[in-house]
Amino acid sequence: MFPFCFEWVNDAAHFVFMGSLYTVLGLVFVLLNYCGIRAFLDYLYEREVEDK
Amino acid sequence: MDSALIPEGVKRCSFKKFAIWIGVLTIPTLWGIYAALLCWGKALNQTNLNDNFPFGFWIVADLGVIALGAGAFFTGFLRYILKIEELKNIVNFAVVIGVICYASALGILGIDVGQPLRGWFIFWHANVHSMLTEVAFCITCYFMVLCIEYVPLVLENRRIDAYRFFHFLSHRFHQAMPAIAAIGVFLSFFHQGSLGGVPGVLYGRPFAYRSGFLVWPWTFFLFILSAIACGPCFTLLITWITEKITRKQLVKKSVKETLAKIAGWLLASYIVLKIIDTIYWASSTAPRVGINFKSFYANQPYGIWVLITEVGILGIIPAIILITKQGRSNSALLILASFLNCAGIFMNRWIMTVQTLAVPVMPFDKFASYHPNWQEWATTLLPVWIGAMVISLSYRYLPIFPQERELNPA
Repeated sequence: MFPFCFEWVNDAAHFVFMGSLYTVLGLVFVLLNYCGIRAFLDYLYEREVEDK
Repeated sequence: MDSALIPEGVKRCSFKKFAIWIGVLTIPTLWGIYAALLCWGKALNQTNLNDNFPFGFWIVADLGVIALGAGAFFTGFLRYILKIEELKNIVNFAVVIGVICYASALGILGIDVGQPLRGWFIFWHANVHSMLTEVAFCITCYFMVLCIEYVPLVLENRRIDAYRFFHFLSHRFHQAMPAIAAIGVFLSFFHQGSLGGVPGVLYGRPFAYRSGFLVWPWTFFLFILSAIACGPCFTLLITWITEKITRKQLVKKSVKETLAKIAGWLLASYIVLKIIDTIYWASSTAPRVGINFKSFYANQPYGIWVLITEVGILGIIPAIILITKQGRSNSALLILASFLNCAGIFMNRWIMTVQTLAVPVMPFDKFASYHPNWQEWATTLLPVWIGAMVISLSYRYLPIFPQERELNPA
């Protein structure tokens, strides 16, 4: 459910529930992209990562 | 045949033996798939669920496996957030078990909803006042997080690791693991709690209803505590079974004892709080709505023995074994305590689901009993066989036990 859907109501419950869901999904998306881009750069420049 | 895929420096059985083992597991899997197809094709009249028991064995199994899968998030929390380095030797296996448990929960729910094609309704037409909506959100998101935690293990396979990009990707995933683990802890905390909150807010069913703190009934907190107490024990139990099947020691005793000690103290805290909660419920919450505590246990087979078994035999005894050094250092007792702890969780989830629905609410209500039929058994056991396959494949091809080489020199 997005804020532009007809079922959406501007109340605290909708903001907390749906806001938490999209925050988590956003964080996971950012983390996956961060790992992917950094790995690609490591691959490009053949940098070995120390911490494993 | 598949030796190039097997991790370096470890021994595995022949491919033929492995194929036979997977073949054996396929037989009950097909039985489960057949039962699932019956439920989807001919609807839920194939089960013993009815108007009295819309929640049955599937929901019990769901709540049970989610609690058992808590080993993944809690071990991750101990390893990556609290930095207990020793647990790095078991956290990979905890993740594998977590993935299986959560996949099982989602799979069982997929059958239980009757119309899985409408599963997306819960996201699109979300009822934001329902604890089950929160559970659905958190379980799906957490399963995604667990898959992300499992990916680096797959990338560490010898063949895959040979590709440089995947090698670097695996390293970067490992670096990001504390952040991923933190998201997992957030999600797990809320859905474990909300699963407990669901029976706790049923004020029309005094057997389950509990008072609480703000919007959360006490069962919210008890479910979280019981899950983090039994999850690590389930990890220990499956590690022991894997060791027995492979005839190898895979994890050092000190690691197991550390995890057992933490689980033991958590279980002891849970049992103390559970006893306090039960006393308050029996002496205050239930009488306030005009119900005598004894009437809850007046219908067989749900006599008072249920409460004694759940709290005493499956709670106090394993807690004592796990918190005492002599108890947890004895391998047989450690496994017994882990088994009792896990059985206690299943019993608690059965009580909070099935017994709650069985206890008559109105004076004219009659006691109705419920037993799962073979379709329910077959579909509920289905994840066990698939889980065994996933563990077998992960053990064979992925380096999930970092201490294996050291403990089993070639």
